[in-house]
Amino acid sequence: MQTLLEMRNITKTFPGVKALDNVNLKVAQGEIHALVGENGAGKSTLMKVLSGVYPQGSYDGEIHYDGQIAGFGGISDSEKLGIIIIHQELALVPLLSIAENLFVGNENAKGGIINWPETFRKTEALLKKVGLAEQPSAMVDSLGVGKQQLVEIAKALSKDVRLLILDEPTAALSESDSQALLDLLLELKEQGVTSIVISHKLNEVRRIADTITVIRDGATVSTLDAKKEPITEDRIVHDMVGRDMSARYPERERRAGDKLLEVQNWNVWHPEHATRQVIRDINFHVRAGEVVGIAGLMGAGRTELAMSLFGRSYGRNITGSVKLRGKDIDTSTVATAIRNGLAYVTEDRKELGLILEDSIQRNITLANLPDVAKSGVINEAEETKVAEQYRGAMRIRTPSVFQKVMNLSGGNQQKVVLSKWLFTGPEVLILDEPTRGIDVGAKFEIYGIINDLSAAGKGVLMISSEMPELLGMCDRVYVMNQGGFVGELSAEDASQERIMSLIVTE
Amino acid sequence: MTNSAPQDQAAKPENGIAGYLAGHLREYGLLFALIAIMVFFQIVTNGTLLKPVNITNLFLQNSYIIIMALGMLVVIVGGNIDLSVGSVMGFIGALAAVMIVNWEVPVGLTILACLVVGILIGAAQGYWVAYWKIPSFIVTLAGMLVFRGLSLWLLEGQSVGPFPKTFQLLSTGFVPDVFGVGRPNATALAVGIIAAGASVWMGLRKRARNKAYGIEDEPTAFFIARNVIVAGALLFVIYKLSTFRGLPNVLITMGILTIIYAFLTEQTTIGRRIYALGGNEKAAKLSGIPTERLTFLTFVNMGLLAALAGLIFAARLNTATPKAGFAVELDVIAAVFIGGASMSGGVGKIVGAVVGAFIMGVMNNGMSIMGIGIDYQQVIKGLVLLAAVIFDVYNKQKQG
Ligand SMILES: Nc1ncnc2c1ncn2[C@@H]1O[C@H](COP(=O)(O)OP(=O)(O)OP(=O)(O)O)[C@@H](O)[C@H]1O
Ligand SMILES: [Mg+2]
Repeated sequence: MQTLLEMRNITKTFPGVKALDNVNLKVAQGEIHALVGENGAGKSTLMKVLSGVYPQGSYDGEIHYDGQIAGFGGISDSEKLGIIIIHQELALVPLLSIAENLFVGNENAKGGIINWPETFRKTEALLKKVGLAEQPSAMVDSLGVGKQQLVEIAKALSKDVRLLILDEPTAALSESDSQALLDLLLELKEQGVTSIVISHKLNEVRRIADTITVIRDGATVSTLDAKKEPITEDRIVHDMVGRDMSARYPERERRAGDKLLEVQNWNVWHPEHATRQVIRDINFHVRAGEVVGIAGLMGAGRTELAMSLFGRSYGRNITGSVKLRGKDIDTSTVATAIRNGLAYVTEDRKELGLILEDSIQRNITLANLPDVAKSGVINEAEETKVAEQYRGAMRIRTPSVFQKVMNLSGGNQQKVVLSKWLFTGPEVLILDEPTRGIDVGAKFEIYGIINDLSAAGKGVLMISSEMPELLGMCDRVYVMNQGGFVGELSAEDASQERIMSLIVTE
Repeated sequence: MTNSAPQDQAAKPENGIAGYLAGHLREYGLLFALIAIMVFFQIVTNGTLLKPVNITNLFLQNSYIIIMALGMLVVIVGGNIDLSVGSVMGFIGALAAVMIVNWEVPVGLTILACLVVGILIGAAQGYWVAYWKIPSFIVTLAGMLVFRGLSLWLLEGQSVGPFPKTFQLLSTGFVPDVFGVGRPNATALAVGIIAAGASVWMGLRKRARNKAYGIEDEPTAFFIARNVIVAGALLFVIYKLSTFRGLPNVLITMGILTIIYAFLTEQTTIGRRIYALGGNEKAAKLSGIPTERLTFLTFVNMGLLAALAGLIFAARLNTATPKAGFAVELDVIAAVFIGGASMSGGVGKIVGAVVGAFIMGVMNNGMSIMGIGIDYQQVIKGLVLLAAVIFDVYNKQKQG
């Protein structure tokens, strides 16, 4: 098959960090090429080099595209050649319509005047192509992440894409949305679109990839041809982490103690629409040393439940009681919730979890400053010590704890958020999609941390859309649908089928 | 992962000094810009700029801007802006004048009342911004109009003055020489030597601590150069002052306030939380930070400092005029941005704001000595502000 793209000896350095070190990547015309590797391996950076986010001259090495040497001064240059990148973070304008978003910067206009009928017509055609039934005039912020992702792809299609780059497209998507997206990619492949897909979900990689390139620590480790023989996940993992990983979930002695957290008759209404009830009569508990999961589809209300518990950060007219070790506790503000032993690791680390402009150190201590301060004065030395401890324990990959969080790879940012909440010393840790965008090795580490907490008699409440993770980690799983719990399964009884059937029968 | 990443070892900046400079260009740039501007005006004004009497004037003229820049920096770091400070300052000056001159209220009581009114004004504006989430730009724009109008109304369009001596001391008074030497003023010299010594000592301490914790080190040459320049400049300025009338009261006020605010913003939990609030309000809130209360407090603080500035300004002019404080908010905001604060919040330093205010002040003063008209002065100041911000953005892009 013909080679569409070849990147040769790409080297890219940031102050203090060699993100890419002689990386090679060869992509054939018309294939789906998966790019995998641990957090911070350099996947996103490589794709930013390719798409001109990092312009020519800011890196070493050569890019051959379509048989010619290419060098891009910016994204617009690479787009001209049909290279379209969809970044790890979605880049849609929330308060514009789908149609406006699709053609922003690329408007159907004559002399600066937009031809709306044509815009809408084209939008409709594109939406059909990606399988979206939405109106072109629908606001983007009214769509779920899954649909927004499809809008991003439609936007790419509007630009005559030849090489589509997707950086972790399914990280924030539900099972069914992911399936839809993968199907779409396979369909686009039939139409001759070449894609590069970055993903930490190896089952998806196996499903769609023709070729898999593994990078580790900024260098290409292997290129696996999946067309000849199916590649096992273990093989990919081996190349990613550089050793065999036999188990995906660390062993834990399961031993639940007394009731630690108990939530009764929890009701929450929508913050803007006072008549809409978002959480309905929820009752649940978490025992000391227990890891309890909440399964459900996107939009089931899991995050809303967690945030309403955590200092009423979501919703209004909240009623119900929260007990810790049998005593009512005050969770009316985030500060009191933290003081009473709750911690909530958000699913949206960039928006809700981190101060991106600030250093790792400052982010880790933010929720528990008094512990590194004396009568309101921060002891920076102590603070650094704490940050260094977590850097070591969590294996945050960074040259120093003074690095801005903004400059970390997605997975390492997640570890910073986790560190921040562990530092508050919680009794009950609520984890919302804790391993989103995290590589297998780091997942294993995070599971290990969860197990340590449970061994120390803490409670863990884990929201996850990845069912294998819930099944592998939890002692009990609550199933949630449309704002209420529709079932509870013990570890022995739980299976993907049972969970799904509980959701569906409701 | 257990196998260590090569990045871990690549921690050391590869090209020491150049790399360090690239990372800290902004901080050094600001210092050098101030020095360059001073040298420039010293030359073109044939040495007038650094004459003792002019240095004294520089402090007297700019004190109120610097004092408000302290509060403005905090407001801007918190992610807001306050356009009303000029008007509030004028209003408080007017209030003081009316109270002292027309109503014959004792000076001490007037000062206290004015500061309280400043706090209330800040609270009134902060309330809408913090608890009602009304954009600060709009609330304080309204405040700007309201208090401009109120000062006109209070003064009935007239200037009110003069003030009694005791009130004027707030601004034009000098610290008496306790050693009785007179000229050069020994108290001033002593204060200067102590201040220079303290600044070097604190620098050394911080450096030692950083070393102990392996924090990225400033190259030794830089550290020495920076300290020699700062301590030298401090001693130089104070020596000059001592040969005139000694230390102006406002300089002491300003110095102490600067130290307090630098400490509050950099070393305390409340300061840290304000930065977090400006950096990402939602994340700060989910970290248990009382974001509303903090926003409210930044405005209360701004009101207090604007009131203090109003008193000092009125005391210096010895009258309150309806025009007092007009467009001053622009100078204050410009100083903060020149000093490296970011419009979107979360970034900026007290020292930067103070140096920024001095840059503006020296330019004002220098250009006035040169006889440049107010028209060109505005143009030049505007361009300097633009250049400073462009420099910031450029720097950021290069790093990104
Ligand atoms: N602007 C930057 N400044 C400094 N370092 C950076 C910058 N961008 C990326 N890095 C570093 O480069 C390395 C590679 O980052 P990259 O984002 O490419 O990783 P990734 O493979 O996409 O990881 P993830 O799976 O977590 O998204 C990381 O160590 C990261 O900290
Ligand atoms: Mg990435």
